[in-house]
Amino acid sequence: MSSPSAPWRATTRTRTGTLVALLALALIVAGLVLPAFASRRLIQDLFYILTMLSLAQIWNLLAGYGGLVSVGQQAFVGIGAYALFGGVILGGMDPLLAILLGGAAGLVLAIPMAFFAFRLHGAYFAIGTWVIAETTRLLVAQWKALGGGTGTSLPRAATSDMMGVAQVAELFGVRDAAARDILAYWIALLLAVALIAGIYALLRSRLGLALIAVRDNAEAAGSVGVDVRWLKWAVFLIASVATGLTGALIFLQTARISPDAAFAITDWTAYVIFIVVIGGIGTIEGPILGVLVFFALRSTLADYGSWYLLTLGLTAIVAMIFAPKGLWGLLSARTGWHLFPIRHRLIGPTEGGER
Amino acid sequence: MIWLDTIVQGILLGGLYALFATGLSLVFGIMRLVNLAHGDMIVLAAYLILVLVTGLGLSPWLAVLIAAPLMFALGWLLQRVVLNRVLGPDILPPLLVTFGLSIAIQNALLEGFSADSRRIPNPDLEGASVALGPVTVGVMPVLTFASAVLVIVILNRVIYGTPLGRSFRATSDDPVTAGLMGIEPMKVFAVATGIAMMVVTVAALYLGTRANFDPAIGPARLIYAFQAVIIGGLGSLWGTLAGGVIIGVAQTLGAAVNPEWQILAGHLAFLLVLLIRPRGLFPRARD
Repeated sequence: MSSPSAPWRATTRTRTGTLVALLALALIVAGLVLPAFASRRLIQDLFYILTMLSLAQIWNLLAGYGGLVSVGQQAFVGIGAYALFGGVILGGMDPLLAILLGGAAGLVLAIPMAFFAFRLHGAYFAIGTWVIAETTRLLVAQWKALGGGTGTSLPRAATSDMMGVAQVAELFGVRDAAARDILAYWIALLLAVALIAGIYALLRSRLGLALIAVRDNAEAAGSVGVDVRWLKWAVFLIASVATGLTGALIFLQTARISPDAAFAITDWTAYVIFIVVIGGIGTIEGPILGVLVFFALRSTLADYGSWYLLTLGLTAIVAMIFAPKGLWGLLSARTGWHLFPIRHRLIGPTEGGER
Repeated sequence: MIWLDTIVQGILLGGLYALFATGLSLVFGIMRLVNLAHGDMIVLAAYLILVLVTGLGLSPWLAVLIAAPLMFALGWLLQRVVLNRVLGPDILPPLLVTFGLSIAIQNALLEGFSADSRRIPNPDLEGASVALGPVTVGVMPVLTFASAVLVIVILNRVIYGTPLGRSFRATSDDPVTAGLMGIEPMKVFAVATGIAMMVVTVAALYLGTRANFDPAIGPARLIYAFQAVIIGGLGSLWGTLAGGVIIGVAQTLGAAVNPEWQILAGHLAFLLVLLIRPRGLFPRARD
């Protein structure tokens, strides 16, 4: 490839990057066949980890790359989940297809939310999104057909007749309930992989370059022709659809919904923020590392109730003060690793600078 | 007459929200910092007053006089040790630190006081009421509103009439130039947060004596405070009072129609103002 006459070119490819891609591929295949060996408990834990990872990647895209610090992501989890329940209970849809409704609902909510919230800046944007999430929760609680303030469950008939459940049950020789968990786990795996791949591709594209430019200096980016406003809308809408899909999936698995659970700021925004901050904001690796640390903390401290959340809150404060780039930032600074290289580097005819 | 009564109750409730909001408004005005733990600080102060009242048998009013300097010290320390380290052009670090603080305070209170709802005993004035023209109002709500007005008058005096206030305004306008004139912004910030925490203590007194509270109610108080600040316009304390009144009236009117709509009506009023006047009703500072 590196003939002396080869022209200079800009690339984001590195040897580590290629290695990681191969490793990731192996992990995905392992993840897909895992239900053949794993216990139901492990599958459920992995489902939780994967959905939290998805939410963390989305929030990282918003805040870490887009500069949009939203504290109202629970609005999209909740509306996505309620759209799924509405589609199944009121529309008689197959739950699996109704997940897509969750994404659509996220988009529909995102438009008015962005319209209001983009009038606010910085910290006020954060609380503004929170107010809109609260407003959405209170409005949904008025939806009597879906149980109002107390919530409702997915009808048994709908969940057991769900597309693919019978086949999975037969394939692995498990009961319907376990088969549903496996199916939900697979979708969570695909969603997380698709999101990471999608965000990675986005960041390597022109749009990603513009996004990082805006984050670093909005005025300067604007002056070289980046349409800042349009970019923020684009990122916000993408994130809302993805969060809506994730929310629908989470509540498809639990099969029970209430406004307080679906619009819980602790579960769907606070945890997610901690995952990103502890792992390392503004990197794709950070949320992955963060979700593992988060789950380890959760498993160890689960019996201590409020001590666990107290520890989590204090850890986030310490991380922000002493390691603002998170655990991954510390690791990356020491080792020089970039598992998901997004830097455009100039490669000369002799391929110098490759690492 | 029922409507007049509802509106008067709403205006008085607005006094409470203005008390919640004044500390937030002050801190934001001086250092452009939004403290997401503000609501939890109010609840923390309410527990502090509760401990002083039930533990030492003090009257709530005396307890506030002891709690206020303690809260000042807490705010001063918080600013010096934690918040000053994360202030800067990037708004993300202070936001995330105060968010972590919010979760930490809530759960520390939960561990210390359990999730039971509590109330600061105030036997003298609980349920007392006076006739105010055609409507009858509670003494506590009237005292709340009067305290809000008094706090704002005092703060405005401090800000526009004392050397301390001059250093506040100078640092707010331009911390670098203020530094050249011998002001240390970091010290000014610490004093400002301390003062905000004293206002928080006053707010906590009324929060705790008027209704039940538990460790989880902080975030909702932050939201009301935030709405009052935004509606009023940044940098104007009287605007904050007006904002509190608008939220209060919207909430009581909503509740009069349907009890489930109380909070929702407040949120909708906020969104409506945001739609018509994105910079609030009486903006003084630009963010």
